[in-house]
Amino acid sequence: MKYTADCKVIEVLNLSDEQLIELSKKNVLSLSLEEMKAVQSYFKKLKRNPSDVEIETIAQTWSEHCKHKTLTGIIEYTEEREGEKTKKTYNNLLKETIFKATVELNKKWCLSVFKDNAGIIEFDLENGVAFKVETHNHPSALEPYGGSATGIGGVIRDILGVGLGAKPLANTDVFCFGDFGIEASKIPEGVHHPKRIMKGVVSGVRDYGNRMGIPTVNGAICFDDGYTANPLVYCGTMGIIPKDKIYKEVKPGDLILVVGGKTGRDGIHGATFSSVELDKESDVSAVQIGNPIIEKKVLDTMIKARDLNLYRAVTDCGAGGLSSAVGELGSKTGAVVYLDKVPLKYDGLRPWEIWISEAQERMVFAVPPEHKEEIIEVFEKENVEAVCIGEFTNEGKLTLLYNGEVVTSVDMEFLHEGVPKPVKRAVYKMKEEKIQEPVKMNSSEISISLKALLADLNVCSREWIVRQYDHEVQGQTIIKPLQGNNIEISGPGDAAVIFPYTVVKDTKRGIVLSNGLNPQYGKINPYKMAASAIEEALRNAVAVGADIRRISLLDNFCWGNPNDPEILGSLVCAAKACYKISKAFDIPFISGKDSLHNEYSIDGKKYSIPSALLISAMGVIENVENTITMPLKNDGNKIFVLGLTRNELGGSVFAKIKNICSGIVPDVYPKESKNVMEKIYQAVSENLIESCHDCSEGGIAVAVSEMAFSAGKGVKIDIDAVKTSYVLKGKEEIREEMTPAEILFSESNGRFVVEVKSDNEEKFGKIFKGTAFSEIGCVSNDKEVIFESKKNKVKIQEDFKVLLNSWRSTINW
Amino acid sequence: MKKVKVLILRTAGTNCDWETQSAFELCGAAVERVHINTLIEKKDKIFEYDILAFPGGFSYGDDIASGKILSNEIKSKLGDKVRKYALDGKPIIGICNGFQVLVKMGLLPDVKLFKQVSTLSYNDSNKFECRWVYLKTEKKIGNESCCIWAKNLPDVISLPVAHGEGKFIPNNEKLLDNLNKNNQIVFRYSSKEGNEPEYPLAPNGSAEQIAGICNIKGNILGLMPHPERYIFGLQHPAKKSFNGKYGWGKVIFQNAVDFVGR
Repeated sequence: MKYTADCKVIEVLNLSDEQLIELSKKNVLSLSLEEMKAVQSYFKKLKRNPSDVEIETIAQTWSEHCKHKTLTGIIEYTEEREGEKTKKTYNNLLKETIFKATVELNKKWCLSVFKDNAGIIEFDLENGVAFKVETHNHPSALEPYGGSATGIGGVIRDILGVGLGAKPLANTDVFCFGDFGIEASKIPEGVHHPKRIMKGVVSGVRDYGNRMGIPTVNGAICFDDGYTANPLVYCGTMGIIPKDKIYKEVKPGDLILVVGGKTGRDGIHGATFSSVELDKESDVSAVQIGNPIIEKKVLDTMIKARDLNLYRAVTDCGAGGLSSAVGELGSKTGAVVYLDKVPLKYDGLRPWEIWISEAQERMVFAVPPEHKEEIIEVFEKENVEAVCIGEFTNEGKLTLLYNGEVVTSVDMEFLHEGVPKPVKRAVYKMKEEKIQEPVKMNSSEISISLKALLADLNVCSREWIVRQYDHEVQGQTIIKPLQGNNIEISGPGDAAVIFPYTVVKDTKRGIVLSNGLNPQYGKINPYKMAASAIEEALRNAVAVGADIRRISLLDNFCWGNPNDPEILGSLVCAAKACYKISKAFDIPFISGKDSLHNEYSIDGKKYSIPSALLISAMGVIENVENTITMPLKNDGNKIFVLGLTRNELGGSVFAKIKNICSGIVPDVYPKESKNVMEKIYQAVSENLIESCHDCSEGGIAVAVSEMAFSAGKGVKIDIDAVKTSYVLKGKEEIREEMTPAEILFSESNGRFVVEVKSDNEEKFGKIFKGTAFSEIGCVSNDKEVIFESKKNKVKIQEDFKVLLNSWRSTINW
Repeated sequence: MKKVKVLILRTAGTNCDWETQSAFELCGAAVERVHINTLIEKKDKIFEYDILAFPGGFSYGDDIASGKILSNEIKSKLGDKVRKYALDGKPIIGICNGFQVLVKMGLLPDVKLFKQVSTLSYNDSNKFECRWVYLKTEKKIGNESCCIWAKNLPDVISLPVAHGEGKFIPNNEKLLDNLNKNNQIVFRYSSKEGNEPEYPLAPNGSAEQIAGICNIKGNILGLMPHPERYIFGLQHPAKKSFNGKYGWGKVIFQNAVDFVGR
């Protein structure tokens, strides 16, 4: 094989182990010694050195980002609970936990799971709905605006690239940032201030999402100092797809058509760079540059081409660029690509750069030769560039040419199956949780705490962000992120509901989107964090009227360095919880993604992020008219708490603001909470519930306050009426009388606050017979929010406006 | 009866075309979403339609200024046709980005002049905002609006706005006086009771709280709020509706469809 001047031969055949590592590091290949050796021995067999294009292709294909080596690799896991050690070896953690639950649950309405760019469930007889959540953490740390914009742009392309293409209906975004009150002098060198990151990230999502005409309808933000150097940016997209467009198949002879943006030098090494810890030298050129209008044009035209049946397969150019996209589509067939035919933004790109560039807004299609002219016309009519760059073959080889010279010739099998399985060690040692000293507070102390909780970063209003997103474009957002009884005031909705009437004519169905995330719990107990996140996502969906028999889940693991056995151990522990809770609730996972290596090094010392498992839920709602919001509706209506309140303050916002270090982290009691969720759905279907809000951060006190101020109404709550219960510690039951503050601020899972008309009380009571529920008060016609415990002589009384202002004032720029 | 035909003009960055189509269809019209390249290729195609709609979005990314590039493109390539269409008295609506296009092209406020004399600029809050607002329907003659699109509406309605550049600014005081005198102001932002609003109910700082204007004849309406996002009661934040089902936005589309069908 001869190489052109533009393509270098890389010496690997005669390198020592040290030199192999050196090569991997110098070229940002992010390959381990073992992997480098596999490369070496492959080329030894070929009796030649690889070209730079070949080495780069392998590195992109084998990157953690594309291959998920850790979660699908071998993990030797040791768990230590109360002095007892158990060991287990996982050959593929994903397949043995999360995916296993999905296989065992075997839902007929799951149409495509864990194999395509997104998971797809059934919407109605003709359509499916697809959902995917991605992360774009490293780029957002270096260049917040561009990082988050291309994050949202990328996940939209996942939806365009699922099956033969879905039409995006909604976006979600979840962020973890450092506390933006931090002094500039305390920021590590090379790190942006959290406020700058937050403003940049929000602007990026806003500008890209708004220009794409996709409403950003659901999200969350978690603030913690652990995310100062490594912010997390999760972006999700949901789309709708006809059932007969879900499957794709490439046939040898199909042409490879690249459509949309041109290729430039932006985003080189994005895939491999995501496996490198950040430091002050990190290279901003790994961040891509987005242009939403190009992507919008691609969306408009490709849906047209799809409905004309002009192509057989499509996928997006994401991490790894053309290398990943063509590699993925051609993995079973083989492919020949002429790199000089790829349209470029400017001259001077070397062949390997063309091949792995992560320039944005590109899609790759497999087009039967007979449709070539017609499909190119569809694109060009609306000024979208579409160029044929090669074809799929039946030779099982990836061949790349540049100006007539072969620059790559490797076996698809080696590329896709040749990566050695790493063996990693994981250790999890359960931390002891102790119940805190009884929290005794008088009325005014509780009042102050309530206002502090409402103003806390992790509770306060996100209106400043939500309103910058066009969350109502497409006109289908019928349950909105901010909800109020009139348009002047609003509170935080639990979930969003999309009513896709512009796409599916005469439908009554809707799609619910929600999420659950709580890294604070994970610092103490990763198992409970995962279980709570799942339960919270479900609870949020149920609170607007979703049927849990039609909900599916996505997992997104953002963890620190997986080479640290303890960090990996907590991940295994969380994955185990996913399996158990998914099974217990009878709710399948349909897709997921992991982002590991979220760490930053300062002066040689490495800092990993607090582990964060985001659970996103998507469900189908039978009748959108049976959906509810959280503001209280009418004076005199009764207020109930559904579910039990336990002494669970561990990891709570209240514990944080009061500096309480002990406490039991909220656990999930699947049988109890599933029962409540099913009954809520029944009650909502019979129109027995006027408003409903989930109890999460800040407990009952915050939930009730939010329901009151979003309605501009008062409430009277009897703290003594709240049903409490014991907590489990190991096999022991801890029984302890709870104080008013503990009842008000405990973050026990599985609870809802609901409003019921007096006339409906009897019917409502019948449905909930046998579950834990209690009538705790009523909606009042004055503007006072009152919590009272006669037993403890405690009475908190605040004007709803005061509480609203506490909630609104924190993020108000 | 022959169906009323609606042309929704779209281009790169248009994004409210689907829901605008649904709104007209709900009112009994037959709708086509047509790309501007198609129309430029066959310019007289425009006269096959009874109603012309410029939907919301970010045409060409709103580069330079919102709606600026598209308005120039239309004016230079389709100017005569669009002007004739407007002078024929056929209904034209521009919503959000479409309003920006109409104003920057100069089709509003004076078709005959066909010159830009006002603009829609950055909100006073200096950011894009999506929220519901109250609109006062201006009624000057026989307790009805002079605009064919704004008949049969109560004094105050609510609709969502979603824009970063919605502050209406006329070239001079005289123009503002004329708009008032000629009853060309169709909607103003207001309080719930129809009085002078404060931010955020006054979402952008428009002159005299102007949210929408029409030409003297009343066949062309441009407005920043999105009537197509409130055709069902379900779309309202508190699910408010009339006739148990519809939103006030539907009336706006129905008015034009009925006007043509009459």
